[in-house]
Amino acid sequence: MNRPQSLTELYVAFTRLALQGFGGVLAVAQRELVERLEWMSKEEFVETLAIAQVLPGPNVVNLSLMVGDRFFGTRGAMAALAGMLSLPAVIVLLLAMVYGELRNYPVAADALRGMGAVAAGLVLATGIKLLPALYKSPLGRWQALGFALAAFVLIGLLRWPLITVLAILGGGGMALAWWRLK
Amino acid sequence: MSGSHDLGLYLGLFLHFLVLSPMSIGGAITTVPEMHRYLVEQTGWLSETEFTTSIALAQAAPGPNILFVAVLGWNVAGLLGAVVAMGGIMLPSTLLTLTATRWARANREHLALRAFSAGLMPLTLGLIIATGWLLALPFLRTSDHRWGTLALIAVTVLLTLKTRLGLVWMVLGGGVLGALGFV
Repeated sequence: MNRPQSLTELYVAFTRLALQGFGGVLAVAQRELVERLEWMSKEEFVETLAIAQVLPGPNVVNLSLMVGDRFFGTRGAMAALAGMLSLPAVIVLLLAMVYGELRNYPVAADALRGMGAVAAGLVLATGIKLLPALYKSPLGRWQALGFALAAFVLIGLLRWPLITVLAILGGGGMALAWWRLK
Repeated sequence: MSGSHDLGLYLGLFLHFLVLSPMSIGGAITTVPEMHRYLVEQTGWLSETEFTTSIALAQAAPGPNILFVAVLGWNVAGLLGAVVAMGGIMLPSTLLTLTATRWARANREHLALRAFSAGLMPLTLGLIIATGWLLALPFLRTSDHRWGTLALIAVTVLLTLKTRLGLVWMVLGGGVLGALGFV
């Protein structure tokens, strides 16, 4: 695994990552941190994201804090966070200023629809790509895949609230992992 | 507006987001109903349309979706509004994340912690795929563009899995195809 050499490198990496993330940053985070920069393995990425997910706050922002902190402590966490938010904030506020003009063009809505479809495909592909991270799970490969499938059904199809699914499947998964690991 | 009125507005905005931050498990998007209640129904600082377009705008722009909070703050009270809203929503969750991360790193070999993260990993993957599904769903529900967008989603999945094509090019390509009326 590689690591960033400086706070600037960390800031630039997260700015670059955030600016590529239309409709969500998750897919880009996986591509950049795991595949291009090789700062984390597939397993480390999913494990960090799992913890980022249960803490309050946006998962990718928590992920940036955790990655920055791992390499450079508090300063690293702040550099990664600043990278994630500063330039994108400027862009989104500029967009908010010109939005009144843009919304009168139907072509803008058509372009947004195309971009939205691609964003959905990117997230789906990221999930498929990360599935092998479960193969080494202490739960057992098929049990872990079963839990993932159940989570997809409860949240994606039945629209249960996250907190309920966390309590049931998270709790169940943790109990099984505890039993297997002890 | 008088100075004290401004101060009350900024403080109210800051405190509102500060209180929501620790509750935002699963991302700030889960607290949107509460933001709507406060900003539209209770204070009337934003209209229904302003509220909805703030969120849509931030999702269409590059960067984390949390920036919709900055747009909400901007629409309530300009640049300073954006700053206090983002400060409020970020401060508690950031402190919590850093504290929890360090504690976890110091105790990484502890059985409870290993069980905790191993137990959550499958859930995280299920959640990612569910997110992709929910993002795709609105396109599949409208009959006008169903097949075009479905094909575009499928091609995107294939390109992401099989090539190293830059993701931003795919997104821009999708935008061009949409603008030209292909999807």
